[in-house]
Amino acid sequence: MIPELGHYALVLALFVALVQSTLPLVGAATGNAAWMAVARPAAVAQLALITVAYLALTWAYLVSDFSVLNVVQNSHSAKPLIYKLSGVWGNHEGSMILWVAMLAVFGAAVALFGRNLPPTLKARVLSVQGMIGVGFLLFILITSNPFIRVVPAPPDGNDLNPLLQDPGLAFHPPFLYLGYVGFSMAFSFAVGALIEGRVDPAWARWVRPWTLVAWSSLTMGIAMGSWWAYYELGWGGWWYWDPVENASLMPWLAGTALLHSAIVVEKRDALKTWTILLAIVTFSLSLMGTFLVRSGILTSVHAFAVDPARGVFILGLLLLATGGSLLLYGVRAPGLKTGGLFAPVSREGALVLNNLLLSTATATVFIGTLYPLFLDIVGGGKVSVGPPFFNATFLPLMIPLVAAMVVGPMLSWKRGDLPGALGRLGAAGAAVLLSVLVTVWLTGGPLLALVGIGLGIWAIAGSAVEVAERVRLFRIPLRDSWTRAAGLPRAAWGMTIAHAGLGIAILGMTGTSAWVTEDIKAMKPGDRTTLAGYEILFEDLRPAVVAGNYSADVGRFRITRDGAPVAVLTPERRSYNVQRMTTTEAAIHTTWVSDLYIALGDPGQTGAWTVRLYHHPLVPWIWIGAVIMVAGGLVSLTDRRLRVGAPERRRATPPPAAQPAE
Amino acid sequence: MTRKKRRLYMLGLALLGLGTATALTLTAFQDNLVFFFSPTDLQAKAAEVRDRNFRLGGLVEQGSVERRPDGITVLFKVSDGPHAVPVSYTGQLPDLFREGQGVVVEGRLRPDGVFVAREVLAKHDENYMPPEVADALKRAEHFKDTQKTLVPGS
Repeated sequence: MIPELGHYALVLALFVALVQSTLPLVGAATGNAAWMAVARPAAVAQLALITVAYLALTWAYLVSDFSVLNVVQNSHSAKPLIYKLSGVWGNHEGSMILWVAMLAVFGAAVALFGRNLPPTLKARVLSVQGMIGVGFLLFILITSNPFIRVVPAPPDGNDLNPLLQDPGLAFHPPFLYLGYVGFSMAFSFAVGALIEGRVDPAWARWVRPWTLVAWSSLTMGIAMGSWWAYYELGWGGWWYWDPVENASLMPWLAGTALLHSAIVVEKRDALKTWTILLAIVTFSLSLMGTFLVRSGILTSVHAFAVDPARGVFILGLLLLATGGSLLLYGVRAPGLKTGGLFAPVSREGALVLNNLLLSTATATVFIGTLYPLFLDIVGGGKVSVGPPFFNATFLPLMIPLVAAMVVGPMLSWKRGDLPGALGRLGAAGAAVLLSVLVTVWLTGGPLLALVGIGLGIWAIAGSAVEVAERVRLFRIPLRDSWTRAAGLPRAAWGMTIAHAGLGIAILGMTGTSAWVTEDIKAMKPGDRTTLAGYEILFEDLRPAVVAGNYSADVGRFRITRDGAPVAVLTPERRSYNVQRMTTTEAAIHTTWVSDLYIALGDPGQTGAWTVRLYHHPLVPWIWIGAVIMVAGGLVSLTDRRLRVGAPERRRATPPPAAQPAE
Repeated sequence: MTRKKRRLYMLGLALLGLGTATALTLTAFQDNLVFFFSPTDLQAKAAEVRDRNFRLGGLVEQGSVERRPDGITVLFKVSDGPHAVPVSYTGQLPDLFREGQGVVVEGRLRPDGVFVAREVLAKHDENYMPPEVADALKRAEHFKDTQKTLVPGS
């Protein structure tokens, strides 16, 4: 009965979404306030209905209701509770329910909290959200209904893919989707503003919190996915330039550009049409991410079994959403009034450079990811584009981006003083020089690694200098500096934190890419080996005693350094009984400066096991840096001007406190 | 600065960005496209692929997996029915590597006809068949027996 209730709620949600996507839009066009007011209850009702559907599916998983096909295919009665809960979105149908649930959450949030939005814009934004909802609800009901029953019900299920039974991956999809779906808000606001024919600083300020939420979640989601690939796949890599990874990177790059260009709209009333275009592109790339992962048209190490019909449906949605909004853009964008002027060397100019580099980088990733598909369609043969391509195109664009990232915040709006800004960054420059010299002395490392270390330090030290400048550190009494620091807008702190986080992540990426040590050995219990100064003794191997849906062989490796004990690592090789599949659980000893990583491979005939050993310098910093970036996004989200000071049109000039002191 | 002049600057910058990206992309494509061949394709193209990195895909032939005494080198054959290519791989095989399963390997062909794999692509899902492999098998008319391993139940 409960699955039918969920199904019924989904169908109702579709009808509510149909109403939400039409009535308020017509109301806004004709000035009918009653019709516009429909948007709010409709958005709330949609959230309620989709929540019912989501809970119904969760219930089916919790009680292991094997009369539901989706539960049979993806669950098992012996599966741990947490994976029963995460299993809801660990499969295609359930993940789509999560997708629309998040869409409904965002829609309802605008309906409930967007009190100071002009009624016409609010009605239009919610209408556009309703249209996206219609598309995806139709998609679920037609191609991916999770509530289909199976008769007769089998006694037990097929279990969830063991690779997904992992805490890192359990929470990766929700964050990723929160990011993808969050960009739908920027999209809806952009389309709403196009229909309205008006973009101004107040608009940018309304969009900002949603973009920040989406960006922070997507950053977190990508970081979790990369961390999972690092420890679960057992290859010790953290990024493979795989199509599925690229699918999440593209909206991230475009979203980062959007975050920055919206600042120019907010502060200077310029770059308006470009920002609107970016909002459309970012969400289109999010849709494409969903399409690429779900259609299986690209060969990927991450690919799951898929159904081409679904891909075609999402492709249709993608074409409709992108094509429709771009058409509207083409008609309306030229009519938008352009705003403030600025010199090329200025804060605006730096943000334009940021946007150029980020969108060019998005384009190179796009080409590299979709070129194989294109070539295949025109009959040019099967090809794949690997990491060397992306290293050759993406990295050269990131180097000037990070270099300019530090200088930009030091420039003033309208007309900046580049020599002055560089002069004030002298301390950061000295830090870069010192760190590069130390790196050369310690490793003599490759040139690219020196560039990476230099850039990372530049971003961190530059952020520190920027804060020091703002609080006039050492130029006024410390107490006064402290007061100034406390009084700085949160958005400024958010930027500084996020930029420094990127610097830390760059150090991590550089460290592990340049100085990784790896070894593959066939080892028997009792064997010894050494790696990067550690002595490693394979003590023994025994079956683990575990309750649940798998059995495991656990190796014990005693790690010492110059005879002193360091750690005991216990990598596992698990066999999942139901899916008859083995997974590698790497064991990692981290010093926070480097990781020692051991993965247990398959047993050979002679009693020796394939053992993969890695020493990854600086690798934890990749994820630490990403978490700091997310923290920066969240700090920025708490900025006073996004909560109070209710942005109203006309009152759009930002308070002077939000401007830099220089 | 006039509006017109600013626009000119912007346009110049944008074109510069676009130009850089195009140049980077084209040069990178030149060296970094990795072609995919089936064992049957390879019969005709053995000369063409010398000294090139490419991908080879098919099924891991039943009974062909053999481990070298060093314990970490594995020999197996990748087959699409009519033809099979011997492959040598040193390293840890992905968890889902199995005889009879679809596989994609990346590496180079040695002059003696053995494909030395640098990478064996892992799959997250045992029901998954790489589209290239499915396609290669279809072309080799070997498809019927393996169809049941393709996307069941979804």
